[in-house]
Amino acid sequence: MTYDFFYKLFGSQVIAAIIQSLLPLFVFILPFALFAVWLERKVSAHMQDRLGPMRVGWHGWLQTVADILKLIQKEDIIATANDKPLFNLAPVLVFVGTYAAFAAIPFTSAFIGSNLDLGVFFIVAVSGFVVAGILMAGWASNNKYSLLGAMRSAAQIISYEIPTVMVIITIVMITGTLNLNTLSQLQTGHFWNWMIFGGPVFGVSKFLMIPFMIISFGIIYISTLAEVNRTPFDIPEAESELVSGYHTEYSGMKFAMFFLAEYANMFAVSAIVTALFFGGYQSPIGYIGHLLGLPWLVPIEQLFWFTAKGLFFVFVQMWLRWTLPRLRVDQLMTACWKYLIPIAFADLIIIGLITLI
Amino acid sequence: MREYFKNIWAAVFTVLVGMKVTFKHLFVPAVTIQYPDVKPKLPERERNRLYVNMDDCIGCDQCARACPLGIINIETVKALPTEDLKTSQGRKKALWVTNFTIDFAKCCYCQLCVFPCPTECIYMTDVYEFSEYERENLIYNFSTLTPEEIEQKKTNLSLFEAEKAKEKAAKSAAAPAPAKPVPPAAPTETKKEN
Repeated sequence: MTYDFFYKLFGSQVIAAIIQSLLPLFVFILPFALFAVWLERKVSAHMQDRLGPMRVGWHGWLQTVADILKLIQKEDIIATANDKPLFNLAPVLVFVGTYAAFAAIPFTSAFIGSNLDLGVFFIVAVSGFVVAGILMAGWASNNKYSLLGAMRSAAQIISYEIPTVMVIITIVMITGTLNLNTLSQLQTGHFWNWMIFGGPVFGVSKFLMIPFMIISFGIIYISTLAEVNRTPFDIPEAESELVSGYHTEYSGMKFAMFFLAEYANMFAVSAIVTALFFGGYQSPIGYIGHLLGLPWLVPIEQLFWFTAKGLFFVFVQMWLRWTLPRLRVDQLMTACWKYLIPIAFADLIIIGLITLI
Repeated sequence: MREYFKNIWAAVFTVLVGMKVTFKHLFVPAVTIQYPDVKPKLPERERNRLYVNMDDCIGCDQCARACPLGIINIETVKALPTEDLKTSQGRKKALWVTNFTIDFAKCCYCQLCVFPCPTECIYMTDVYEFSEYERENLIYNFSTLTPEEIEQKKTNLSLFEAEKAKEKAAKSAAAPAPAKPVPPAAPTETKKEN
């Protein structure tokens, strides 16, 4: 819809496509990253009975803007022993991998970067870029701690991709589509049509599915948490043992790009969880736009609901970060291979059997 | 197998308990004090920057002698008998305090200078924000006299002493008494400088 609008406006498919592709970055991801960094600092501060940033703007809401301004002015340090091409490429690659995932995420029914039929598959595939970028950063930094962090990150992301994909398969098995936009449309109506409550088809199977859906949701949430390197799975960047892991050697804008990618990634995985289990952009209680007969209001409401749900899961990620201690490497692998994967597998089979009813 | 499910239960349950605790703390009022805007209440006997009330200072040098670091420097000039100097308690002051410096860069805030003061004119205040870019700026001079006044006091005294000495000389010439002219027995004899 937005693409058609820009096409009509400029009369050129190229310009329309460029605008369409840059829209989420400047309208959504940059403001979101700034807001999320501020939110993270405020949430962490209040959970520890502190106040957090208070001096720049009302309750410090401009603090991250000030930080970004500072990072832009900073010297871009490249050590002599760094592998320069890889070192410069790594942050870009990490960010590209993260940003590409946003292409298939439906923000509203009116805006989706690219209405891919293989949406979920595309996201899973493209987020593999991040691993390459992180490994590149760790290797090119020529720093043993960075390399350790990068290796851990690779091991972790690859391991936790398996339960994520298994849960995605369960959803795909029920709905029969990989397109996130279609998936969101399927869960229309009220909140009891969401996948977490057994999907839109009413029947015995719906109620049988609910407990297994909740288990699936738990698994995908835990494993995506590990994929974005958040606590308790933050061993790749463990501040206290690896001095922030793979981005130790980065400064200035390159460091900011890693940071931006991290926060964008947080939202990306929350958005996937939302789209798969919590109705995507669908409102849980119906639309005011339909009620008032204003059809243009509906996409705006959908954007609001999508952002609200995404932000809620981002908040839970932060909440977990300030609750749980970091896992050890062996515990991390145990949690994945001995617990999440078998449970996800059993879950897949049981839900498969239920769908046969 | 039982162990396995117990582990899962323990993990889920303990995470939820932890989340409950942190969530409660979200709403606990912060203990942070917004320092430059809101200042913490100091204890009553807080020891901070010294202040000297020069109206009451009699220049007795007791504080300088009590100071373990020797950072109080007092110089005095005797007052003329004609000058009527009084403390706020009405006590007679015999000296002009021409110089009273305290080097706060070295002060250890031990408060030992406060107790010997006979007029209670040196005391601790609640001021603790007095950092400076130059070390010299931390040497505080409490003397209220201007350099001109100090000069004037000194010349006054020397003139007075010269006059006294002249008088003495005249007297001793008249009646052969002590050979050496004793310095004037100004009313400062009890509290002499150094």
